[in-house]
Amino acid sequence: MTTLSRSLRYAESEVIAYRRTWRGTVITSFVNPILFLAAMGAGLGSLVDDGTGNLAIPYLAFVASGLMAATAMQNGAGDGSFPVMAGVLWRKNFHGTITTPLGPEDIIWGRLIWGLARLTFVLGVFAVIAVLFGAMDLAPALLSIPPSVLTGIAFTACITAWTLTQEDGRSLSTLFRFLIVPLFLFSGTFFPISQLPGFLEPVAYVTPLFHGVEAVRKIALPGVDETIVTSLPLWVHIGYLVVMATIGVYLSIRVLDRRIRP
Amino acid sequence: MTQPLVEARDLTKKFGDFVAVDAIDFEIHKGESFGFLGPNGAGKTSTMKMITTVSPITDGHLRVFGNDPTVDGRSIRQRIGVVPQEDNLDLELTVAENLYIYGRYHDMTRSEIEPKIDELLEFAQLAERRDSKVEPLSGGMKRRLIIARALINEPDLIILDEPTTGLDPQARHLLWDRLYRLKREGATLIITTHYMDEAEQLCDRLVVMDNGKIVAEGSPRQLISEYAPREVVELRFQDGQKDEAVLKIDGVANRSEVLADRVLLYTDDADQTQRAMHERGIQPEQVLVRRSTLEDVFLRLTGRGLVD
Repeated sequence: MTTLSRSLRYAESEVIAYRRTWRGTVITSFVNPILFLAAMGAGLGSLVDDGTGNLAIPYLAFVASGLMAATAMQNGAGDGSFPVMAGVLWRKNFHGTITTPLGPEDIIWGRLIWGLARLTFVLGVFAVIAVLFGAMDLAPALLSIPPSVLTGIAFTACITAWTLTQEDGRSLSTLFRFLIVPLFLFSGTFFPISQLPGFLEPVAYVTPLFHGVEAVRKIALPGVDETIVTSLPLWVHIGYLVVMATIGVYLSIRVLDRRIRP
Repeated sequence: MTQPLVEARDLTKKFGDFVAVDAIDFEIHKGESFGFLGPNGAGKTSTMKMITTVSPITDGHLRVFGNDPTVDGRSIRQRIGVVPQEDNLDLELTVAENLYIYGRYHDMTRSEIEPKIDELLEFAQLAERRDSKVEPLSGGMKRRLIIARALINEPDLIILDEPTTGLDPQARHLLWDRLYRLKREGATLIITTHYMDEAEQLCDRLVVMDNGKIVAEGSPRQLISEYAPREVVELRFQDGQKDEAVLKIDGVANRSEVLADRVLLYTDDADQTQRAMHERGIQPEQVLVRRSTLEDVFLRLTGRGLVD
């Protein structure tokens, strides 16, 4: 078997498990975006657009594109944290898997393949919902999917590596509280980062979700200008996310190997 | 003799400064049921993990099916079945799905796996639980499922790390029965255990491990005859009388072992020993005469009991 076919075998087991557990993920994956689009986009957006808002596009389109990337981050981070801790510590199924021809690298790649499929699905649903809300036209909505998926995968990879260095699950909820939630709020999802206090703007430039949000808007939204996005070229954002994903995968494989093949 | 399935020379595993396995030698042959007996921390599990190629060897020489685990890990794992010490079933999957995914990991097709699942669930006496979740299964059922899972690829070598630890006696006997059947069908088994009766029941040949070293090797019978006289007289005393009796005990038997709750006298002739005791006025509350077991061998070799 090649690495790809071994990884696909591992991904297959995730698909089988998902057939039983998908109900639990429906809320976070589908219902949350609807609620956010309704509240932030339609509700808050009408205030913004009527008032002093000086965005080049309707606020609903602005926030929907940001939420695509942010949703990808949340799903990606979720994929890289609790299920990984379960595999390595709570249920220990990774320990069993490596007694078969599969190795740690096949588990990591398999999880990413599965994560890729699930992110594509979740974001596809989001895109459809955004179109139904009138937030985006179909073409921009579909174009938002690839950069969002890349954002999600970059998070899955890095958070997988980090989770594997943790002794137990206590730090996992801390991660969400102190990293994912602030990123969600201050990466340009709900307002352009030019609105941040001057000293915080450079901080946003080094955080990952900012690049995901920018990439989505630069690729997918027609008519964006400096009121919406920064002047950084698109390749910087894509490059950032690709490097982040690559480092994450490399470290995940290394750390998992050390942890379960002592 | 044909090439051994597993061959170890000076096999060593270190974790930092701690030496878990200390330059051990052994050979395991096809069709054999081979045991590693020892207390917790003796190095049994570390040895198993090196054989299953999930833990790199620190030093020495190890071959499994003639292959080097460091370079041929995957091809070795393709041919083994592993029953780990801790349950690691996928709790999100059903009984049958747990077998299915391991079949897939071993590069089997669905049509190869399906009949195998039926056969293995029959063997593990889990056929009627086929589509139930794993979580509510009893400890014994989970263990049997793990054994079934280890057999999905028709392994040439089955490695069981403390297969019955934590099970109640009935579940243990059921499991032994299944393992015994595998043995009769010619499977090669490696079993680690800290239960004497398990080793006596299942192993053709075994090594006794202590502190990372092999301290004895042979069949259960050989070990008993070599390291323990034929019979054991077990004495229990009323409170406070043990110490006094111990002072008078020298010479009534070949050897004695004073434990916290009882005194063991090793002898070739239990009647003779009991007469001698009587003559010296040793009056235990309870006397039990039995044949020597592996536990006595272990006590002799390591100076302590197996299960602390």
